[in-house]
Amino acid sequence: MSISNAAATMKKGVPAQKAALPGAKPTKAAAKKKEGAVDNSDGITDDWSHGKGLIKPPDQLELTETELNEEITRILTTNNPHAPQNIVHYSFKERAYKPTGVVDQMVVLFELEGSLVHQDSDEARRLRAKGDLPKETATVATGTEPDEEKPDTLGTLVEVDEAGEEDRPDSAASKADMEPKATNQFKFSERASQTLNNPLRERSCQTEPPSRSIFAATANQWEIYDAYVEELQKQEKNKEKQKAAASKKDTDKSKKKPMLMETQNDDLTKVRKSAKILERMVHQNIFDDIAQDFKYFEDASDAFRGQEGTLLPLWKFQYDKAKGLSVTALCWSQKHQDLFAVGMGSYDFSKQGRGMLVHYTLKNTTFPEYIYPTDSGVLCLDIHEQHPLLVAVGFYDGCVAVYNLKKKGLEPVYKSTAKTGKHTDPVWQVRWQKDDMDNNRNFYSVSSDGRVVSWTLVKNELVFTDIIRLSGAVSEGPEGAQQPGIACGTAFDFHKQIDYLFLVGTEEGKIHKCSKTYSSQFLETYDAHSMSVEAIRWNHFHPKVFISCSSDWTVKIWDHTINTPMFTFDLKAAVGDVAWAPYSSTVFAAVTTDGKVHVFDLSVNKYEAICQQSVVAKKTKLTHIDFNPIHPIVTVGDDRGSVSSFKLSPNLRKKPEAKKGQVQPKGPEVEVAKMEELLSLLREPEHGTA
Amino acid sequence: MAEVEETLKRIQGQNGVQGIIIVNSEGIPVKTTLDNPSTVQYAGLIHQLVMKARSTIRDIDPQNDLTFLRIRSKKNEIMIAPDKDYFLIVIQNPSD
Repeated sequence: MSISNAAATMKKGVPAQKAALPGAKPTKAAAKKKEGAVDNSDGITDDWSHGKGLIKPPDQLELTETELNEEITRILTTNNPHAPQNIVHYSFKERAYKPTGVVDQMVVLFELEGSLVHQDSDEARRLRAKGDLPKETATVATGTEPDEEKPDTLGTLVEVDEAGEEDRPDSAASKADMEPKATNQFKFSERASQTLNNPLRERSCQTEPPSRSIFAATANQWEIYDAYVEELQKQEKNKEKQKAAASKKDTDKSKKKPMLMETQNDDLTKVRKSAKILERMVHQNIFDDIAQDFKYFEDASDAFRGQEGTLLPLWKFQYDKAKGLSVTALCWSQKHQDLFAVGMGSYDFSKQGRGMLVHYTLKNTTFPEYIYPTDSGVLCLDIHEQHPLLVAVGFYDGCVAVYNLKKKGLEPVYKSTAKTGKHTDPVWQVRWQKDDMDNNRNFYSVSSDGRVVSWTLVKNELVFTDIIRLSGAVSEGPEGAQQPGIACGTAFDFHKQIDYLFLVGTEEGKIHKCSKTYSSQFLETYDAHSMSVEAIRWNHFHPKVFISCSSDWTVKIWDHTINTPMFTFDLKAAVGDVAWAPYSSTVFAAVTTDGKVHVFDLSVNKYEAICQQSVVAKKTKLTHIDFNPIHPIVTVGDDRGSVSSFKLSPNLRKKPEAKKGQVQPKGPEVEVAKMEELLSLLREPEHGTA
Repeated sequence: MAEVEETLKRIQGQNGVQGIIIVNSEGIPVKTTLDNPSTVQYAGLIHQLVMKARSTIRDIDPQNDLTFLRIRSKKNEIMIAPDKDYFLIVIQNPSD
């Protein structure tokens, strides 16, 4: 209240005091007046009564004259008293709040924009150009009646709009909209609202990418070839399938089983062949020197030895499981020149037991190619000349059997039984014959029971035919004193050219010349040896000559037309086996129980061996010998189960020297002639003496 | 089965045979008597060599085929018998 009063007095007092009082002064003056008021309380009433008198507020300062006359100078400043003076700003530069010195002091009390437009101004011109600004009203009307003008201008604007819209005939809708707008142009406010929009949804799905595979191949000539071959095979199979559609059911069943078997053990059986080859190669590397000797070594020292020759030891064949057995038979394969069969058994009749049939090849000398263990001791064997897979074997228990090397399993494909006429005593020799009239394979056997039997392989059977019985023959023989039934065959051999002719050696040392067609009697009987005949062999070349050997230490050579031997050699030990050389009619080799090999060449020396060599350790007996059909080597079996091979030195296979540069005729005729020459030398003195 | 095993055993027992490896057609060793790293090395390298050799032979005459590969080296001999599905590698020092 006091302040407002003070303000009121101030306003009123300003002209009186000649100068407007600033805020500070009036309070001072008021304070002075208060003091004065206390003093002149009575005097106030007096003042009111006098209308013309100055009305003094009671608290007005009492000023002396001098004080009243005192001039006080006041200066008006343009400061805005309401302007704040404590504004600070944060200065980022100094990182501190800084007071701002300059404050806007201007205060706008009233502002009014004029509606007048200068005639020559740009705006006036623009308006005029629109053509809606009347020239007379331009200056006056705008200034005086602004309210009236506005609707006019709007109206013209609307008209302009309408005119513009009339130009566009298609905007009828907008025209309708415009009309309500025009009705209430002041209150109208446009309001728009938005409905909810359906939110946009993006939906996508991805399919699985088609499978890809990278294919790369080279197309060689051979790959193309393979593809064609495969295709051809497929086509052929398809054809077969169509053909065999009817009989398919049966074949399917049989097929399934072997298929399973194959998948089970395909892992390693597939490398069987490779493994075999590699084994041979490894041996070839190890025994390289022997292989070189076998092929190329020719003993140069033979030239200084005169007629004599030597045997060069090559490989030795042994098999651990056959160590206790002795070699009872040896036979080279005629077709495969590196393959030979060995029969294992025992000649000791108190030690009979198991036996074994093994096949060795020169390509793998440390392990047999085929092994067939047998229950009874093997005593003899023979490899078929044309079918080297077939091996006929005679056993100690009297059985004969045929093994097929191609067939799996350890059992023979054919075996004689008691029903099918097996021998009752050991079988001493078996020998393949030419196929019979029905093209059946057949072989002969001879046994201690005195029978010579022919065996024919018919399908799954072994059919036997007794050819001759030696027992009866013995009683008929010249030495009829012997009891019948004792005659035991121990060896036989068939004539190379004359089919029916064959020789049988017996335990008593006799040799009978027999014919397949006469079972009751012998064509001839040679009183050959004093002990059992171990081997009989026809000469490879000369049709009349055969050789025999016996435990009575002798080897004899015969002309089958003559009753007495042509040659007799005493080897000073029991002879186990004798064999003609395949390359010469006059060369033969024999083995004796004292471990020696004797090689004779009758064309060189008629009385002594040209080679006599001890080839095994002492006390080892040699049992059998056989020449390789092609290579100049012999194999020798001993009673310890090992087989040794030897190369014949050049002297042992010497060809007759060529005379005067003549071309030496070759062939069997020459060999026959060579033998004939020898025989004639012997015959003539005999005939002469006779 | 046993027959092959026996054959392999015999080969391994022979003089100078340093190792036997059976490798399948992809060049992965199936059976070996060598230690692992050298087996892998031999198998990998020889497989390539065999493939190349076979390709060479068959390129010359498609009806022909590689049956054997024998590599004589200063220190040893590598013998390879390539089969359809497997091939057999034998490493031998022939001078032993």
